[in-house]
Amino acid sequence: MTALLEVSGIAKRFGRVVTATDVSFHVGAGEVLGVVGPNGAGKSTMLDIVNGTQRPDAGRVLLDGDDVTSLGAAGRGRRGIGRTYQVPRPFGGLTVFENVLVGATFAGGARGRQAHRAALDAIETAGLTHVVNTDAASLRLLDRKRLELARALATEPRLILLDEIAGGLTEAELPELVALIARLRDAGLGVVWIEHIVHALLQVVDRLMCLAMGEVVATGDPHAVMASPAVMEVYLGSVAEGGA
Amino acid sequence: MTWVNAVVQGLLLGGQYALLACGLSLVFGVMRIVNLAHGALAVTAAYLTLWLSQRTSLPLVVCLVASVLVFAGVGYLLQRGLLNRALRGGELAPLLVTFGLAVIVVNLLQEIATANSRSISIGGLATSSTRIVDGLSIGVFSLLTLVVAVALIGLIQLFLSRTAVGRAMRATSDDPGAARLMGIDDRHMYGLATAIAVGSVAAAGAFLGMSTQFTPGYGDLVLIFAFEAVIIGGLGSLWGTLLGGLVLGVAQTVGAQVEPAYGILFGHVVFLAVLALKPSGLMPRTVTA
Repeated sequence: MTALLEVSGIAKRFGRVVTATDVSFHVGAGEVLGVVGPNGAGKSTMLDIVNGTQRPDAGRVLLDGDDVTSLGAAGRGRRGIGRTYQVPRPFGGLTVFENVLVGATFAGGARGRQAHRAALDAIETAGLTHVVNTDAASLRLLDRKRLELARALATEPRLILLDEIAGGLTEAELPELVALIARLRDAGLGVVWIEHIVHALLQVVDRLMCLAMGEVVATGDPHAVMASPAVMEVYLGSVAEGGA
Repeated sequence: MTWVNAVVQGLLLGGQYALLACGLSLVFGVMRIVNLAHGALAVTAAYLTLWLSQRTSLPLVVCLVASVLVFAGVGYLLQRGLLNRALRGGELAPLLVTFGLAVIVVNLLQEIATANSRSISIGGLATSSTRIVDGLSIGVFSLLTLVVAVALIGLIQLFLSRTAVGRAMRATSDDPGAARLMGIDDRHMYGLATAIAVGSVAAAGAFLGMSTQFTPGYGDLVLIFAFEAVIIGGLGSLWGTLLGGLVLGVAQTVGAQVEPAYGILFGHVVFLAVLALKPSGLMPRTVTA
């Protein structure tokens, strides 16, 4: 069976800074892959490469077995890859509704009432109903994060890439987000979730991947990955260096 | 009554400036490109309309519409073929490219159409006017220009705020990278924006050619007025550009009322005053990206 997303042999460097060397992983439909790793590990760059914002120097990205490596971000958005940014990038001159509607119309391919319906559903799912007609530029950080999610959901993705979406949420709001991600998985979406809040991540991910210095340190069962010596070294090693 | 007349004539003149400036405003608003070839394109469109009306027996309005459509196509190709590439080279590159384009276009026009001044004949419409009261009459053609300017700006604004493509254009203007995630091809959006802008400048050029004599280099002169209208109104705001055009027109005619030689100078002084006192313009974009 072909995986929903198959990433193989990705390499990427910016001048002398290597952000990926031979990174390979896969995500199936109805599966949540968690990604952890210290800052600068190349996690966000990996999402950029998967969604087409950046081109890899080597390697391939397959969606449903089709090679989409040469396809741009807009084309991949229409093919069903949705993505949220770690630092929200709302369309400031548009209202919340318009922000989401744009995604439903272009990447989602919905028209007229159908597009409105899809946009409102995504807004409700992300918990933004109270600010639906507010200009996105005047939103608070938390609502901006929610808008990232609503916009990505409105594109009707089959694969959704979440970049530190829990950052800034309160402890009380975390279970809600975890439940939402579980619902997305149950609806058959593939999810890649980069997150530093490991205890939230562990509640929902099926597999965990640890990246460091642009390489896959470990991947597999979440608890086994967190307990593996290589991952402990990545985290504790950096703590020890920082403390020295 | 002479002062009222000066203000009314200024508003009518302002319609021409606004018509000329709205494409400049749109291109800047969507792509942050300062199009220095705007004036040259307006004059080229005037020549095309003139040529069509002389070579064919079609009514002038059909020639004008044909010219607008041709220029919209030219605008799209210009953006996709040249300006999108220039945008990758930073903010200065598109400015230099449009400057070079203006030089090339003006010289080509001189080569093809000679430097003799021309005008597009509109017969009796050029001189017909309606007398409101003693000492105040309104030229039908100037009024028509103002109406077309307001209608065009209103239509573009409606397109931007109410249609799916217009929303996508605003989204692309705010953040092209995030717009791509929404499945929007930013290069295509930029192409459409320039198509609308260059189409509008073709209409403006034709109206210009009907109201006055023009030469290949005439575009540079009107480009200054268009820029002043955009900046007085506030960058990136189309209604602001309309207001800016009207303010500039009134300043020029009222100035000319004070002293006939000072009309254009008064326009520049008002422009400088706005720049000094309210640099963001009279109607700045309420939300900046």
